[in-house]
Amino acid sequence: MSEATARMRRVIGSWDVIVLLAVVTIAVVGSLTIDGVSNPRFWRFVTLEAIPIVLIALPMTLIVITGEIDLSVASVLGLTCTVFGFLWESGVTSLPVLIAVSLLLGGALGAVNGLFITGFGLPSLAVTIGTLALYRGLAYVVLGDRAVASYPATWTGNAIKALPGTTIPWMILVAAALAVVFGAVLHATPVGRGLYAMGNNAEAARFTGIGVRATKFWLFVISGAMAALAGVFWTLRFASARADNGTGLELAVVAAVLLGGVSIFGGRGTLLGVLGALALLTVLRNALQLANVPANTLTIITGSLLIASVVGPNVAGMLRERLRRRRSTAPTASPST
Amino acid sequence: MTMVQTPPDAATTRGTRLARRAFVVRELGIAIALIVLVVVTFAVNPRFLSAQSIKDLLLGATILAILAIGQTVVVITRNVDLSVGSILGLAAFATGALFEASPGLPIPVMILVGLAFGAACGIVNGGLIAAARVPALVVTLGTLYVFRGLDYMWATGRQINAADMPAGFLKMGTATVAGVPVLTLFAVVVLVVVGYFLRNYRSGRELYAIGSDPAAARLSGIPTGRRVFAAFVVSGALAGLAGVLHAARFGTIDANVGLGDELNVVAAVVVGGVAIFGGSGSVYGAVLGAVLLTTIGAALPVLGINPFWQNAAVGALILAAIGLDRALSARVGRNLQERKAHV
Amino acid sequence: MRAGTKGGRLIALTALAAIAFATAACTDDSTGGTSPSPGASGGTMKTGLKIAFLPKQVNNPYFTTSDNGGKAAVEEFKGVYSETGPSDTQASAQVSYINTLSQQGTDVIVVSANDKDAICGALNEARQAGAKVVTFDADTNPTCRDLFVNQATAEGIAKIQIKLISDAVGADGGEIAILSATANATNQNAWIEMMKTELAKPEYAKLKLVDVVYGDDKDQKSFTETQALLSKHPNLKGIISPTTVGVAAAARYLSGSSYKGKVQLTGLGTPNQMRAFVKDGTVKAFALWNPADLGYLAAYAGGALASGLITGKEGEKFTAGKLGEFTIGSGATVLLGDPFTFNASNIDQFNF
Repeated sequence: MSEATARMRRVIGSWDVIVLLAVVTIAVVGSLTIDGVSNPRFWRFVTLEAIPIVLIALPMTLIVITGEIDLSVASVLGLTCTVFGFLWESGVTSLPVLIAVSLLLGGALGAVNGLFITGFGLPSLAVTIGTLALYRGLAYVVLGDRAVASYPATWTGNAIKALPGTTIPWMILVAAALAVVFGAVLHATPVGRGLYAMGNNAEAARFTGIGVRATKFWLFVISGAMAALAGVFWTLRFASARADNGTGLELAVVAAVLLGGVSIFGGRGTLLGVLGALALLTVLRNALQLANVPANTLTIITGSLLIASVVGPNVAGMLRERLRRRRSTAPTASPST
Repeated sequence: MTMVQTPPDAATTRGTRLARRAFVVRELGIAIALIVLVVVTFAVNPRFLSAQSIKDLLLGATILAILAIGQTVVVITRNVDLSVGSILGLAAFATGALFEASPGLPIPVMILVGLAFGAACGIVNGGLIAAARVPALVVTLGTLYVFRGLDYMWATGRQINAADMPAGFLKMGTATVAGVPVLTLFAVVVLVVVGYFLRNYRSGRELYAIGSDPAAARLSGIPTGRRVFAAFVVSGALAGLAGVLHAARFGTIDANVGLGDELNVVAAVVVGGVAIFGGSGSVYGAVLGAVLLTTIGAALPVLGINPFWQNAAVGALILAAIGLDRALSARVGRNLQERKAHV
Repeated sequence: MRAGTKGGRLIALTALAAIAFATAACTDDSTGGTSPSPGASGGTMKTGLKIAFLPKQVNNPYFTTSDNGGKAAVEEFKGVYSETGPSDTQASAQVSYINTLSQQGTDVIVVSANDKDAICGALNEARQAGAKVVTFDADTNPTCRDLFVNQATAEGIAKIQIKLISDAVGADGGEIAILSATANATNQNAWIEMMKTELAKPEYAKLKLVDVVYGDDKDQKSFTETQALLSKHPNLKGIISPTTVGVAAAARYLSGSSYKGKVQLTGLGTPNQMRAFVKDGTVKAFALWNPADLGYLAAYAGGALASGLITGKEGEKFTAGKLGEFTIGSGATVLLGDPFTFNASNIDQFNF
């Protein structure tokens, strides 16, 4: 095997590249075959839908890389929505105040998670399942079954306003900026490298001086704050604060993170892969809906992709192992590539 | 594999007894919480313990309990099965569709069909997880979506009404034997069978070993792949059975049956003392957890507490349960270490 | 991280960015379709109109019936029918379907709203892009739709529900409760308010409303809420469930429990779902309108709007096929008619 082909294979074989290429392919194929995909309105709706999910997926990626998980994000979003609505109803009319309170609330909710997980040493899967129920329940306690929808049109209009000259909402810039920050931290700082170390072997990481517990605690706080930000956007985009806002979103985010190449055991994955996977899933869903493909087909595709994303590499790895073993026990051993 | 018989020394026996006592304490804790809740609610409204009320309570807990038993078997091995809600939905719709097509089908046959159907889904899960050695969370998240999607595709906006089901089947859903609903008897039988198997059969105990330390279990000769595979088949089969019973109880089935059940099941299992990292816990505890959660749901409206507090109560309970488990296991671990140090 | 992959990632990222910029750089897509100019009434319906039905949720037999009625109407005036919708009743779930319909250039969106405000933004965007919006069964905020096709007045529905429960419970009266759908549903809340007004009348002095619970139009939840109602109120004599999912679930629970015959039930239900319970005595009578007629009328109303025959102003008239002529009332509302009572003597005549 020549050096060039081997290099090509490594380049193309990298997971996040595969995902990004898939997005591009689908976008191109979609715009050629499905009526409306090339229309800028399509991309507007795709972006609007993707923004809250991106906001939540950014810290989720970091958390999963450290070997933990946060399933309470959708409930934090819901609780933030209801508190936002409740405060607005009760007479708080300053938007900056509402946003600040929401972010603080989200951070506090995340801190509770962090306390249980890093302070008491409890498993994050179980803790966040508990807070998933707790926070969603509190959301129902705050607003009951009602909805608060009387926000000023300027707020709701501005939330989804498009960038001048385009149809893309300006919030995407906020999401993009945050993505750059998270990406830089993860891939270009010692803190980020520490996260990978934690995911691979928490004990060893602790011995190299990394503050494992403190870092994980702050990750959960940030996760809560970002979910709260997504909640504010959600409320203003739909002009409706309800206790069931965002129900089920956590599974979609986790699916995207896993599909993006992040290992559930921690220690591996890139932010780019996750963003690519998110783009893939959102574009795919909207394109298929436009083509009148029933929604459950996408459900099946998402599930199959998820399974394939972990089974594929594993099976490929096992086959490669078997081939390598057979080759190495062959009488004429050629220098392996 | 031969094992040299060494006389158990004093420290180990005391250690095992301590561990067993912690185990009992945990189950007892839930039982006590349950009794306190029931007594308090009864004091507020005596109708809470009327025959109809108890019947409704038991019926409500039955399906969750059966799912919890299956989930326990999986969680003990340090895995998780998130697809149970979707399997239940599929099995329930299959029941309805089969009865619509052949109303004369005898009920025992339908139950076997449900079990087989669920087991088939479990085989898919177990095969992927055991053979390809992939994390259960990811695979069952994937099959959650795939099975639900298949359910939607099959149901295509239809709804099977109670009017389309054989009367005898629906009657089984509400019939009682000496005040105990027939469906609950199913759960009791499953509980006893699985509980006995886990405690008294070697392959059952091996599941605990796999959960405690998978590498060590493999090295000591336990066929971990096969055991984990079997665990998922059992979980799937029980979810299938739960689907059939759901059809009997509710009668109306659409593509949304079972949506979201998986989180309730994990909650019941965690509250019931089964460690999420595997290796400990019992099906009795899990069933108690399921009963406790259902009772809270029934008691809150009676107590006049805003039923919206129910979700929050469940969440708080889960946190309390895992905190308690960690405290208990830390105490047991410390005690065992101390005893070893003294010997 | 291997050096080679950075290059590959860069290539893919650049390609992605290029596509993003290409689409973003396109100018804003202003109103796509041509807005039909208001013509004099008495014209003919355009052919080939794309009419899409978007119910609260697609698994609900009530909506399947109403949407099929709409389909029959659309075929009559040679339009193109489609039905789509979410399988859960979250407020935001309908929004993505509205966006899709708007992108597909649908002429009329006929929607039963899950939440009166949450879908407003999307509906208004759709209207800007040239679609007409007709709500039926459950209205939105009047500012985001062109016409609302109401099955019956809130007073009419409330009157009949109270009358039926009063007849069933008997002259001695007693405690009653309401099992509703979702707490946000505009139609439910309007009916409940009117029922309270009706109950204040002297002839219903012996009836007392003690609770309102929500089954969220989900079968299982309605079932367990009924259970909880009976557990909480030992003296309950009657339940009103003005939702087809709720009344069917409550009937099933009562029929298999010790309360059968002791606690009366009425509501808005479909004959097929309720037949078994009317026959076994659990339910004496219940009401409804013909959902197929509702969908049929909504489709014709939408078609008339899109053809420019009406604009939604009070007093305008249009013809709805075999149902005859309808006049638009205040608030851009069209009324189907009065509710109909089903009981043991007539239930076998219907099949929906």
